[in-house]
Amino acid sequence: MTGPLAPAFPTVDYGALAPVLIVLGAACLAVLLEALLPMRVRGRVQLSLTLVAVVAALLAVIVRATSGAPAVSTLAGAIAVDGPALFLWGTLLALAVPSVLLLADRSVEPGGAFLADPVALGEAEAEQRAREKAGVGARSGSSGSSGRAGGSSGGRLTGRGGQPVEGHTEIYALVLFALGGMLVFCASDDLLTMFVALEVLSLPLYLLCGLARRRRLMSQESAVKYFLLGAFSSAFFLYGLALLYGYADSVKLTDISLAAAGSLRPDSLLFGGLALLVVGLMFKASVGPFHTWTPDVYQGAPTSVTAFMAACTKVAAFGAILRVFTVAFGSTVWEWRGVLWVVAIVSMVIGAVLGLTQTDVKRMIAYSSVAHAGFLLLGAMAITPAGLSATLFYLLAYGFTTVALFGLVSLVRGPDGEATHLSAWAGLGKRSPVVAAAVTFLMLALAGIPLTSGFTAKFAVFSAALADGMTPLVIVALVVSAVAAFFYLRLIVLMYFSEPAADGPTVSVPGPFTTVAITLGVVVTLLLGVVPTAVLGWADGLSFLG
Amino acid sequence: MSALLLALLLVPLVGAAVCGALATREDLDRAGRIVGLAFAAVSLVLVVVVWSQFATGPGTPRFQFALSVDWIPAFGTRFALGLDGIALTMIALLAVLVPVVLAFAFTEKLPPGRTGAGFTALILATQGVLVGVFAATDVFLFYVLFEAMLIPMYFVIGRFGGPRRQYAAVKFFLYSFLGGLIMLASVIGLFVASDTRLGEGTFDWTALQGMAAQLPLSTQIWLFLGFFAAFAIKAPLVPFHTWLPDAGAEAPIAGGIILLGLLDKVGTFGFLRYTLPLFPAASQELAPLVLTLAVIGVLYGSLLAAAQTDLKRFVAYTSIAHFGFIALGIFAFSSQSMVGSSLYMVNHGISTAMLFLVVGLLIRRGGTSAMTEYGGVGRVAPLLAGMFLIAGLSTISLPGTNSFISEFLVLLGAFPREPVFSVIATVGIVFAALYMLWVIQRTMTGPLRGAAVVGDGPGAASAATFGGSGGDTGSDADESWMRRTTARFGDLTRGEVAVLTPLVALVLVLGFFPGPVLEVLDPTVSATLSEVGVADPVTPNGVPR
Repeated sequence: MTGPLAPAFPTVDYGALAPVLIVLGAACLAVLLEALLPMRVRGRVQLSLTLVAVVAALLAVIVRATSGAPAVSTLAGAIAVDGPALFLWGTLLALAVPSVLLLADRSVEPGGAFLADPVALGEAEAEQRAREKAGVGARSGSSGSSGRAGGSSGGRLTGRGGQPVEGHTEIYALVLFALGGMLVFCASDDLLTMFVALEVLSLPLYLLCGLARRRRLMSQESAVKYFLLGAFSSAFFLYGLALLYGYADSVKLTDISLAAAGSLRPDSLLFGGLALLVVGLMFKASVGPFHTWTPDVYQGAPTSVTAFMAACTKVAAFGAILRVFTVAFGSTVWEWRGVLWVVAIVSMVIGAVLGLTQTDVKRMIAYSSVAHAGFLLLGAMAITPAGLSATLFYLLAYGFTTVALFGLVSLVRGPDGEATHLSAWAGLGKRSPVVAAAVTFLMLALAGIPLTSGFTAKFAVFSAALADGMTPLVIVALVVSAVAAFFYLRLIVLMYFSEPAADGPTVSVPGPFTTVAITLGVVVTLLLGVVPTAVLGWADGLSFLG
Repeated sequence: MSALLLALLLVPLVGAAVCGALATREDLDRAGRIVGLAFAAVSLVLVVVVWSQFATGPGTPRFQFALSVDWIPAFGTRFALGLDGIALTMIALLAVLVPVVLAFAFTEKLPPGRTGAGFTALILATQGVLVGVFAATDVFLFYVLFEAMLIPMYFVIGRFGGPRRQYAAVKFFLYSFLGGLIMLASVIGLFVASDTRLGEGTFDWTALQGMAAQLPLSTQIWLFLGFFAAFAIKAPLVPFHTWLPDAGAEAPIAGGIILLGLLDKVGTFGFLRYTLPLFPAASQELAPLVLTLAVIGVLYGSLLAAAQTDLKRFVAYTSIAHFGFIALGIFAFSSQSMVGSSLYMVNHGISTAMLFLVVGLLIRRGGTSAMTEYGGVGRVAPLLAGMFLIAGLSTISLPGTNSFISEFLVLLGAFPREPVFSVIATVGIVFAALYMLWVIQRTMTGPLRGAAVVGDGPGAASAATFGGSGGDTGSDADESWMRRTTARFGDLTRGEVAVLTPLVALVLVLGFFPGPVLEVLDPTVSATLSEVGVADPVTPNGVPR
């Protein structure tokens, strides 16, 4: 250490940080390639780079986790690479593989689900029809003017020879940046790093949401909505951070815990800070009542982006929630948990009850994710080893189910893009038995029927919560599960017990990428339901550093 | 030994997979049905072998054919199977009814776009899962299969049922799923309690039985209520019963038999296997509540059965009355009444299956399940009417039929301990005679009448006058019309008689020689009673203490 004025360069444990460095390095390389490579080869190169980076990072995580290397805090205590962090990294990277495959798909939508030209407002008529169908008349007032502008500049969907223009290739760079942000987010050991990571993961997602080739207005609206509300929640997070800094004189999670354990400082700063911080985190995790963006963004964003967002953002956000609760606020758990009881109940009830009223598959899954966030919160609130391992397992299980489900949603298509209205799914069981069977299986997993990963995860979380004295919450959660089962069932009823409509949608034959992604999700959902021992064993006995 | 039990579980499941694969090709439909029937026959043979090897002497272990392998160590759950007398009789009933049901469905007309092979696959899947439910000796495994059995039955009702099948299927699923989730809370509670009391979480039935019986009464009551909710919905006891008439009425005949005859037995089986031994103090504490519900069920089910105008709903309501008797016998805590209830579960399965089959044959001819459309069926289809009479008399427990023994045992055993409830329930027998004989009178006897029987063809007008006059057939015109109606409506075919024969045989054989079944049930019931820790109010020679 040199004098106080000279900048002290912190020690960096490159081995521990390897997964993050690989992903972020690949992201920077992807930006360069975007500028330097000719259009023709860009897509292929970018995809290969992304997949190689994600798989390499995943291997690095596995090597680290199996080598038995001790948990370290590196970068001057900014990032903790401990057991839960490695599990979360593994989960995120494992989920990134099917997500990237879905993003890269060109077989379902010619040219991919993304628009080549961000200014273009393609297929104005289709948009109009879609808007009328979706019944968003109330919202058309705000978007009507841009709709007219779109009409005049539209029609840039097809390039020379009538071939659809290759969509964006910078999506890969954006996804890598978002993924890098997520990796840092759930491993950061101080709140400032966590905030930076939050922004790094959020900004690319805002952009990705607005890039849909079809239903441009809905997509852009979702992006704007996500951005505005996301910025707002970031502000909450930052404000909470400031209050906690005022309280503990440090942004480090361990310091906050120490300060809370033995001090006579006013609690209002601590709990005010926690409350604001939690709002920011709950927003990202789409826990009700901070969920209002979820249905709109899930519906408007391109389905592959929704899949990535629904699975990975939830993992990262709950990873951060677990770390903040356990490391920084574990010592004061009895003082703040009552409030979170209410949040969990509200989230579960909102998700299940509003999910009942949805007529759009993507919105329905969005509300289901709100309900699931409530279940996850049950596990995260039990600051016990069982609660931690149950939540980690739940995140992995839920992520794979969701990715596969969105992959399947993208296959059911009408004349103007995906047919996500529930009525379009009538009689799918007859027309396309394999797709319908897969959707049914995943729906049963979301409902938590035994022999699927959803049940194993719920069981683990509920038993951890019950063991920690949250019996009333568990009972609410079980009742909510029964309510939510109704809307999962409704889709199954539609697919199997109704006759298909004459002008119903077609089911695309998925290309290899989508097939692999969906198969992966379904197989993991089944395996985690029948033989979850290996993963449960890994999740068991992990503990946070500090 | 244990391989036999595993085979019993796997054979129907493999059969379901094979039939499911065949169901994807329309031209293989018939092959699929035959293959399914073959698998069901193999199951029946296996059950006979298992039955013959089942030991009933003193000193036999609580569970025979036991099998246990690690499943999810993190949850302390094992894939553990084993048979006691009650489980064995239920599995045997299952193995008898499934081939009958599949044989009946062989000639059943299906809704458009549905394949018989697919139906066979779903029935076999239900059979496989049910074997697991009855044989599981790990509470977690039991819960998993308890929920899993909903799925094939949900598709049976939803895909092959009547006009309101969607509603009925969803209602059935949600009711059972809700009950299951409440039970899940108790299952988790047991797990957590075992974690603190035994040092490690376990789901092993035997370990939990020893542990849970020591829990304080208030905890026992909460855990009891969780299990009770699931079983009371499944059984169903009266305030939780509303799904059954809908599901029973909308299910296809073959599915309805499995639903009423077997799936619902999981509820009463659950009382005997789980609520009583695991929570003895709570069971005794809450017995008056359960007995009240049971007796209400007997009376309410009987009265509503008498008021039904739909044949399938009628059968469903008679079942509710019978489940009341079974619950009465179980919660009266005497060896006679509990053996009676266990036997009742078998007998009700047989007689309800037969009644439902006959109703199905009637509907096959008349095209409707409305009672008012039938009248004087005995004139054109005497065999069918005779079968209806046998099924009906077995349902109302006429001496000489199978149900008499079990109902008599229930009332005899329950009387010394619960005289009031027994006396009130006895009134139900009178009601039973009322509803059943009235239905037989309205549909089977008397002059020919009803649109489903005489049709609305050219003969209908004369039929009206004919029925109205109520006189005998006299003129030539009437005789020729009679011949036409007979030809149109038709009596049982040889195939249909063959489907019903095993059931008729069982009704009579079990009516006179219930010994072999009672012998299998007895040790298990004694074990259950000692686990509850209640002194048997009846001495071994049947004299009240």
